[in-house]
Amino acid sequence: MTAPIEKTDEPALKKTISIKVWGVGGAGCNAVSALDASALEGVHILAVNTDSQALEATAAANKLVLGAKRTRGLGAGGDPELGRASAEDDLGKMSAFCADADIVFLLAGLGGGTGTGAAPVLARKARESGALVLAIVTMPFEFEGARRQQQAQSGLQLLKIAADAVICLPNQKLFKLLDEKTSVVDAFKISNALLAEGLHGIWRLLTRTGLINVDFADLCSVTRGRHAASCFATAEASGDRRAEQVVEKLLAHPLLDGGRVLSDSDAVLVSLVSGPDLTLVEIDKMMEPLKRQCENAHIIFGAVIDEQFAHRLAVTVIASCREPQPARENAGSKASSLHFLDATTDARPPTRATPPPPEMTLEQKQQLFKTQSAKDRKRVSHRQKELPLEIVFKGRFEKSEPTIRHGEDLDLPTYIRRGVPLN
Amino acid sequence: MFDSSSIIVGLEIGTSKICAVVGEINAANNLNIIGVGQARSRGVRKGEIADAAAAEEDVRNAIVEAEQMANVEIRSVYLGVTGNHVRGFNNHGVHPVVSADREITQEDVQDVIKNAKAINLPADNSVVHAIRQHFQVEEQNGILNPVGMYGARVEVDVHVVHGHVNRLKNSIAVVKGLQLEVDEIVFTGLASALALLSNEQKELGSLVIDVGGGTTEFVVYCDGIIKHTGVLAVGGDHVSNDLAYGLKVPMNRAEQLKRDHGAAVLDAAVKGQTISAPAELGLVPKTINLEHLRRIMSLRLQEIFELIERELSHLGFLERLRGGVHICGGGARIPQIEALAESVFQLPACPARTNSISGLKSALDQPEFATAIGLVKFGSLQQKRRPANGLTGGLKKTLADLFKA
Repeated sequence: MTAPIEKTDEPALKKTISIKVWGVGGAGCNAVSALDASALEGVHILAVNTDSQALEATAAANKLVLGAKRTRGLGAGGDPELGRASAEDDLGKMSAFCADADIVFLLAGLGGGTGTGAAPVLARKARESGALVLAIVTMPFEFEGARRQQQAQSGLQLLKIAADAVICLPNQKLFKLLDEKTSVVDAFKISNALLAEGLHGIWRLLTRTGLINVDFADLCSVTRGRHAASCFATAEASGDRRAEQVVEKLLAHPLLDGGRVLSDSDAVLVSLVSGPDLTLVEIDKMMEPLKRQCENAHIIFGAVIDEQFAHRLAVTVIASCREPQPARENAGSKASSLHFLDATTDARPPTRATPPPPEMTLEQKQQLFKTQSAKDRKRVSHRQKELPLEIVFKGRFEKSEPTIRHGEDLDLPTYIRRGVPLN
Repeated sequence: MFDSSSIIVGLEIGTSKICAVVGEINAANNLNIIGVGQARSRGVRKGEIADAAAAEEDVRNAIVEAEQMANVEIRSVYLGVTGNHVRGFNNHGVHPVVSADREITQEDVQDVIKNAKAINLPADNSVVHAIRQHFQVEEQNGILNPVGMYGARVEVDVHVVHGHVNRLKNSIAVVKGLQLEVDEIVFTGLASALALLSNEQKELGSLVIDVGGGTTEFVVYCDGIIKHTGVLAVGGDHVSNDLAYGLKVPMNRAEQLKRDHGAAVLDAAVKGQTISAPAELGLVPKTINLEHLRRIMSLRLQEIFELIERELSHLGFLERLRGGVHICGGGARIPQIEALAESVFQLPACPARTNSISGLKSALDQPEFATAIGLVKFGSLQQKRRPANGLTGGLKKTLADLFKA
């Protein structure tokens, strides 16, 4: 059985760097399909899967079936070992795609067979042929079960060794982005869109010549050698207050754990894209809170002017930290699952809109506290006068001082205050 | 005739009844309850005097009854006070030890307690109790008596119960109007806890809830000391009032229905049941839905407990109450009240019995008398603590009586 290999050659690139995007496995292929090929000009997109049927449905320009002999194009069946073996079988075919690549983006969903097994093999191959390999992967939802989580974790470990950088999107964090009515299809769409968004941001960063340039080398310095999962987030805003808004959005971004990831990271790349109307003040307004947030980090800042982004401001942040990241990742995902149960308790990140409390001496504080408590006491005694409209007759307690606790007049029957009907 | 100094009388002017309990310290220095007098209370609302003349008359009746039963003449009483204005909080006092050898003396202890009592109360409030909790000598914590210890600094935690001066005076005035002396005023919740809890229960951590007619007092004991006190001006009267409103019956009938058919928990068995209130005392016969009655009642009682639970859990005491919840006052007579308390507090609960005092079994077994018995016990403790004072006080009184006669 021979695998169908389609190949449409794009016009030769006149760019100094050549970028390739590989979608590996089911999730990877879906993410690649979600990419807007027209927006990523000069990018060579390839979809790789062990499942020929799924690959057929992919909208990517180039497709490759892995391990056709081994799996007969039927997929890896959730077995990473099979995915790995399939990839190693067809490594020779991949070399054609690796040739002269400077950067390879690997998009994959970890936890399954192909993505988990094949992605590290392909990453190693691409890296051997001299490309910088950036893997952008999703981690499975918690409901997908412990086994898939485990597979995903071991796949991530392998990928961290094989690729230069891994940017990780735990799907569980998506819950923060979703509401109750979001369908499963939409949820995965959002997941794919986020992958695509991250890719887009990095691509923009690398290809557009910037006002303040961030290049390939900068990206390497943030990601390379840090065998830890990096996080990325993109935010966009427009209008008069776009600089403030974009920072607020960024700090509230679920993928950054409300800005906590930023404060833990030791290298942060901030890339900003805007139209020609971008002012220096705006840059300052935007960077100031970010700088405060990641005070321990080495910040690399880039700004790009793009005509398409007139009146808009888009920021991509890639944050990575050195060693304790894996442990923190776990803690983060646990915390996030708790938060998602009780989203309202999530502490708001500091914003420019709410200034920090004024500096006060202990004396002043005590004074403030005293006056407040005095006011409170007065309010209690005033409250009885403020209740002229008494619908319920209080019977015996009509004339006596009302008993008020937590703002409720306890002299009124409890069942009335609680609205319990007596039918 | 008994020596007057050995007679201790506790007087509680409650919302639903006025209760005087006479105790005697016998030769073996044990407290013995020898007389009880009670009268229906008419002049009190929510634990505070609303009609001084009526209250005075009722107090007189109760005192006379107690005098007759105990065969003593009552001259002074320990008076229970309560009301919405009574509050309790913990305070801390510090005192440097000035003597050269740094030995802590009785004076130092008195000074540090004085410091702890010097608190910023609202202008018209005064301290009812300042109960010492634990001393701390320098960094050493949990000291019960620091006299004779060495240290540069002695500190103390006190629990302060305070109330509005004029409103406290109101009940004192009623007693004084009857030519009776007030030995001391005592917060009724504290008195109930004294009567009910054994030392082990105080050590374990216990919550005493006195569900009275107009007020509900609660006291928390942990590690043998009072940690928290509070008053909620909601009680059995509110239950009756709710029933009168909800079932559309007069107040006295609501009261009767509460006693005859009330329960703290709404069980499935009462669903759809009705009771017929017979025609009596000029009231028309009426059919009453038992489910409604129970529902109104259980909601109110549950709310009382929930308010207490909220306060205590906020202060972090609930985990420390291994001795459980002890319920006294007229509310303890409500069927299944302990089941309700158990479900709200998630702690074992029981209707409390007065222990550690001997005497009239009929009085000791009634949960309503816990406060007045506790007042007597408080008095006996005061006299034991200061025997000299008691003696001179007694002497003074006998002299005064001689002159009067």
